[in-house]
Amino acid sequence: MGNNVLLDVKNLHVHYVTSEITAKAVNGIDFTVRAGEALGLVGETGAGKTTTALSIMQLIPDPPGIIVDGEINFEGNNVIFNTDKQNRDMRGNGIAMIFQDPMTALNPIMTVGAQLAEVVLTHEKVSKAEAKKRVMELLEIVGVKSDRYDDYPHQFSGGQKQRVVIAMSLLCNPKLLIADEPTTALDVTIQAQVLDIINKLREQYKMSMILITHDLGVVAETCDDVAIMYAGQIVETGSVRDVYLHPKHPYTRGLFDSIPKMDDDAAELIPIEGTISNAADLPDGCYFHPRCRYCQEICKTQQPPQRGEEHKFMCHFDLFSKEEA
Amino acid sequence: MSSTEDKVLIETRRLKKYFPVPAGFLHAVDDVNLTINKGETLGIVGESGCGKSTLGRVILRLHEATSGDVLYDGMNVNDFTDDEMRYMRQNMQIIFQDPYASLNPRMTIGQIIEEPLKLHKVYEKAEERRKRVEELMELVGLPMRSYNQYPHEFDGGRRQRVVIARALSINPQFIVCDEPVSALDVSVQAQILNLLMDLQKKMQLTYMFISHDLSVVKHISTNIGVMYLGQLIEKAPKSAIFSEPLHPYTIALLSAIPSINVLQKSKKIILKGEITSPINPKVGCRFAARCPFATEKCRTENPEFVEVKPDHFAACHRWQEVADGTLKFDV
Repeated sequence: MGNNVLLDVKNLHVHYVTSEITAKAVNGIDFTVRAGEALGLVGETGAGKTTTALSIMQLIPDPPGIIVDGEINFEGNNVIFNTDKQNRDMRGNGIAMIFQDPMTALNPIMTVGAQLAEVVLTHEKVSKAEAKKRVMELLEIVGVKSDRYDDYPHQFSGGQKQRVVIAMSLLCNPKLLIADEPTTALDVTIQAQVLDIINKLREQYKMSMILITHDLGVVAETCDDVAIMYAGQIVETGSVRDVYLHPKHPYTRGLFDSIPKMDDDAAELIPIEGTISNAADLPDGCYFHPRCRYCQEICKTQQPPQRGEEHKFMCHFDLFSKEEA
Repeated sequence: MSSTEDKVLIETRRLKKYFPVPAGFLHAVDDVNLTINKGETLGIVGESGCGKSTLGRVILRLHEATSGDVLYDGMNVNDFTDDEMRYMRQNMQIIFQDPYASLNPRMTIGQIIEEPLKLHKVYEKAEERRKRVEELMELVGLPMRSYNQYPHEFDGGRRQRVVIARALSINPQFIVCDEPVSALDVSVQAQILNLLMDLQKKMQLTYMFISHDLSVVKHISTNIGVMYLGQLIEKAPKSAIFSEPLHPYTIALLSAIPSINVLQKSKKIILKGEITSPINPKVGCRFAARCPFATEKCRTENPEFVEVKPDHFAACHRWQEVADGTLKFDV
């Protein structure tokens, strides 16, 4: 592992504990993000994507959320043991996050300019005039006219608000941007605009990114690596090219088989039967076994091992290598 | 068109729906002419605010049209009295996007599916209704034990199955599916799409399938209509829409879809600006403000929605140049 590893997550476990139930949201995930690299975190509702992101940001609501095991090393420092002050320094400067819904990420009773300038003033010792100048520059960069500095969020459209949120996340030049479904609430033509901006800015600022999404197409167009999550585990990970061309986990295969293909009309959709397991009541063995068409006895009782080097997957069987060879 | 006239189930003629707002009128549906043949699926795509849901609702007369006609099997829906309309609703149903909001939380699954049968007095005896509900549950793939369960015990996919069973209970011919899979995860989305397509085959249903997701629409539709700011701007058989789009907006929309093809990275057409306001729109093409090919004519004259090729309709002054390749997007 090279020195350029920016984020290294090891064996992370996150539970939400209430008096009645323990929901195991994240169950032992490992991944790294290198400097300048973009990782796509893909999975369905309840797969643990957002919980993973919030853990990295140290924003897990506690109670009921507890990081029960693991390490989150950001620039070599395990953030789990951060003090509040260290967390404040890390957020914004080190890691910034864009949330899914730009409508709720902005304060409705502050002008857009004021809330962006507040970010700069909180994190850096600069004058108000300098903060304003920085905000106006960045607004222009993300494609919002700087004369809208004194407008309120409700005066912006959804796409414009998401640009403002992106500008906000970039104000302190973060090394890592976590984007949680940044374009899910947007229309496709606006999504194309926003992804274009994110890609350009990432190149310009040499920023790493974790992009959380359920859309395999968005990952293909923005990320280098991809991690497929299911029931709080990363079931398959590797370069986008490897995983998309040679998916090795039955769940990943299932995802590809269940989306309509733009370039293949006749292809029948093959859904994954059933639904994702309840995080409070995970099955024994492989968490995917109740929905897996290749399920064997061993899958029902034993957790599958991790296979592969660069392109890793968690399965008792290497089901698809032969058919491809 | 004339030879297929007898197969037309739904036809709209200059259909308009304007909503009064303080600033004037919001043109939600503006002069839409379309036909849907029996047994086919017309996919309607467009971005939020383009009027696709309103169009579905005006066709079902859940909103009264401002002007224009909706013909169902040749009969003008707008002329029906309330009683006649209630009777006609047995033929025309709708499936909404959000299966969390469209089921009464205090009714059991059995009661929900049974309700239309009671309202329309389809059966006299309770046991006949019960039998029909059980048939429907089997048809949509719901286990019998869910008969006495409540909606909150179900996830989105199974709720959408309940919604579909309810819509089918009274044997409709025509169903407006308004973003029926948008709230679902992809693996479950495929289950519901397959179910809708199976049911269509079994029961010769006609669908109007509204969605913002072009890949889903492509999968399920026979014909596709593209809407922009209240207007239908292009309509054609789905293969023609994808292989030979004629309206610049359709071309940009198709280009914007993120592709999972990692071997062939396509350059995106990035449209400038955003959808303009549908309130008191100016004359001229609604897309002109974002269209790189817009001329003076586009800004001052409404393009008519005309059949430019057999079965291929478009509303663009410059479609001919798009078709012969003289107009191309810079990417």
